[in-house]
Amino acid sequence: MTFTTESMVASRPRRKPAGKPLAGSSWTLAIAVAIAALTLTPLGFVFWATVATGWETASQLIFRSRVGDLLFNTVALIVFTVPVATVLATALAWLTERTDLPGAKLWAWLAIVPLAIPAFVQSYAWIGMWPRLNGLGAGVAISVVTYFPFVYLPVSAALRLIDPALEDQAASLGLSPAAVMRRVVLPQLRLSLCGGALLISLHLLSEYGLYAMIRFDTFTTAILDQFQSTYNGVAAHMLALVLVACCFVLIGVDAAVRGRRRYARLGSGVARHPVRASLGVWRYPCLLLPVVTTAVSLGVPVLTLGRWLIAGGADIWQFSEIGLALSQTLTICVIGGVATAAAAVPIAWLSVRRPTRSSRFLEGCYYLASSMPGVVVALALVTISIRVMLPLYQTVATIVIAYVIMFLPRALVSLRASIAQVPAELEQAAESLGRSPARALWSTTVRLAAPGAASAMALSSLGIMNELTATQMLAPNGTRTLAMAFWALTSEIDYAGAAPYALLMILFSLPLTLLLHHQSKKIAGR
Amino acid sequence: MTLLTLSSVAKSYGSVAAVAGVDLAAQSGSRTAIVGPSGCGKTTLLRLIAGFEVPDAGSITLGGEIMSNADAHVAAYRRNIGIVAQDGCLFPHLSVLDNIGFGMDADRDAKQARAAELMEMVGLDGAMLARKPDQLSGGQQQRVALARALARRPRLMLLDEPFSALDMGLRTATRKAVADVLSAAGVTTILVTHDQAEALAFADELVVMRAGKFAQVGTPREVYLKPVDRATATFLGEAVVLPAMVSDGIADSPIGRLEVADVTYRGRAQIMIRPEQFTVSRIEYAPDNGVSAVVSDVVFCGPSLDARITLAGDGIAEGEISFRLDIPGRELLASGDRVSIGISGRVHLLADA
Repeated sequence: MTFTTESMVASRPRRKPAGKPLAGSSWTLAIAVAIAALTLTPLGFVFWATVATGWETASQLIFRSRVGDLLFNTVALIVFTVPVATVLATALAWLTERTDLPGAKLWAWLAIVPLAIPAFVQSYAWIGMWPRLNGLGAGVAISVVTYFPFVYLPVSAALRLIDPALEDQAASLGLSPAAVMRRVVLPQLRLSLCGGALLISLHLLSEYGLYAMIRFDTFTTAILDQFQSTYNGVAAHMLALVLVACCFVLIGVDAAVRGRRRYARLGSGVARHPVRASLGVWRYPCLLLPVVTTAVSLGVPVLTLGRWLIAGGADIWQFSEIGLALSQTLTICVIGGVATAAAAVPIAWLSVRRPTRSSRFLEGCYYLASSMPGVVVALALVTISIRVMLPLYQTVATIVIAYVIMFLPRALVSLRASIAQVPAELEQAAESLGRSPARALWSTTVRLAAPGAASAMALSSLGIMNELTATQMLAPNGTRTLAMAFWALTSEIDYAGAAPYALLMILFSLPLTLLLHHQSKKIAGR
Repeated sequence: MTLLTLSSVAKSYGSVAAVAGVDLAAQSGSRTAIVGPSGCGKTTLLRLIAGFEVPDAGSITLGGEIMSNADAHVAAYRRNIGIVAQDGCLFPHLSVLDNIGFGMDADRDAKQARAAELMEMVGLDGAMLARKPDQLSGGQQQRVALARALARRPRLMLLDEPFSALDMGLRTATRKAVADVLSAAGVTTILVTHDQAEALAFADELVVMRAGKFAQVGTPREVYLKPVDRATATFLGEAVVLPAMVSDGIADSPIGRLEVADVTYRGRAQIMIRPEQFTVSRIEYAPDNGVSAVVSDVVFCGPSLDARITLAGDGIAEGEISFRLDIPGRELLASGDRVSIGISGRVHLLADA
């Protein structure tokens, strides 16, 4: 891969990375390429495993009714969940961002909070409330309340960001408010809607705990069952292949629907703040939507958890065990968070300061790798470490690699946003004032991008704290994170005993979730 | 015939009166420019006319129909008033064709035909219809925005600083093109701008707005040559203001006896002279009226000299009266030169003397 900053810049006048190419940029690129290769290992492994299995065995394992059932479940789950969650989230976003809904700010926060509740805790809460819950209907319902914030977050940000002058313009061309919504606002939300819908779909494919709890089989639960019962490589690998194929289909559909154009605001100047529409007599009836959504997405977990915590009393607070799990979780979160943020630094820097085709390609690699379900990543790393690098098997190193692969894009988004806010001219100014390039970098960009790095670590840690699938498969012997302990206890039907762990996960996730919300607002420039 | 009438229109945001009671009558087919410094309320006024804001008081009438008053408010989308905004405001998700056809009630073929016709009218190649807005230059976007607004044959066209995002050369050309297109279409137009040269060049009727009120309304020539006060005078261009004693149509000023337009006024006054009325030439000796003008500072700017002239003589304290002038560069003046000053045409008396 050649590094052609100059020619790229010449042909793309809009994105001018200012300044001379630094001597360090080729090194940075080399590191970014190495990390990309690492993140793509699981994907490569799945294909290698298929080839190694041979076509006959592979086709026997792929084309069987079990796979058909799983495929049906998975498709049905996506087909029902994604539209419902998208409509719900968009309606909520519009109500909270663009109307005079009473308490709009509060409802906006409450729409984000479900992100702090791990999917399997949500599922546990529903089972606690309705013990006989199972099957597709339950899966869809729980998935919607768990994942709708993934659409709410980008759509509400986009609603804040869309230039209201376009809406005025449409009105001056004779469009009624409803037509303005349909023909101007919704089309501009397309990118956010696509992004959110893809994120939900990928989570539906990769989530384990939520569906295992309600005994709804998906590829991920099936692969994990295989893995735990037999360690039987081949069958699990072939299921993983189908799962990966599903991911590719989703990514392809998203790319096709999304289109290639960015809907950036054209022209210069600062957009006015959007005007909030008056709901009139509907002001209070419309409250029903956020109230019901919050009651279901937050009320159910709060009630169930509260009930178990009261029922369990003091007995469930096994402080030595809980303390151990907490300290292990925090340790792994810190190590994983730092590693993920560090791994994201080279590509974040390149994509802001040296945006070339190769840096965009690398970014694509990271996103693709992270969209692979945790179960696939873990399966690949287990097999590779056993066969090739046994000393790495069940070590902290392996699990940290898995976290880096899965959560790197989260860190990348934060880092890139904050590096982009530091103009390269500052660095040059520092150099012109007599600092060496390294010290100039340190005293300007690094200092100013530090908050972004901190939130990069925090956001990766949030993912790591609530990660169950890969952690279960890869964690060193004797490790018991909060999520693992929670899962083990619920598997023994000790729902009360699991409650403190769930509570801790939520309490630790909450500030990180609010940080995420804050960040999405900041990225939106408000 | 009067198309648009504003009477006592007012709009406040909190305690700030953005528009503090203004009256305006725009004739059918006319071009009105509202010019004023940033924050004078001109954009608010435009939004009131368009229907995006509801006035607190007063009424707005368009073609005899009430648009806004104390009891009624016609929503923006029912007014059929075209708008071209500062940066064109094209819909980024639609092609040029779809942008132009956006507000039209017609089938695809009719839209295509009308769009092609409009593209020709605004001087763009019909092949651009398939492009997306981000593939157009700023001037092209502005022309498409005009075509889009014209597509519905609006009753009134509002231009909200439509040329300010363009660079200097393009700005003049686009302004001329837009003015020609609007004249050809016979559309009544209101332009809002902070650029006085643009307003003067564009309008039949010029409105100078300041702090939510109309400071002066008149033809561009009238407002430029006979501004009501010093602020209006200096806002529309360079002006030299000097004290004078006026009687019988003659002003006795530090630079000599000058003819004034107003023959009835007697007494002390401030007179305003535009720089282009001056002729300055170097002389060797002081003129006989006892006042001498000296170049106290001069900067060479190519076609012109940026010179500061200081007056000295009977009854004038040292450095009391001095003014800046652009003098044609062919005059070879240097700092310290003694000059004679001639004024062509009559000078204007300012009301706020």
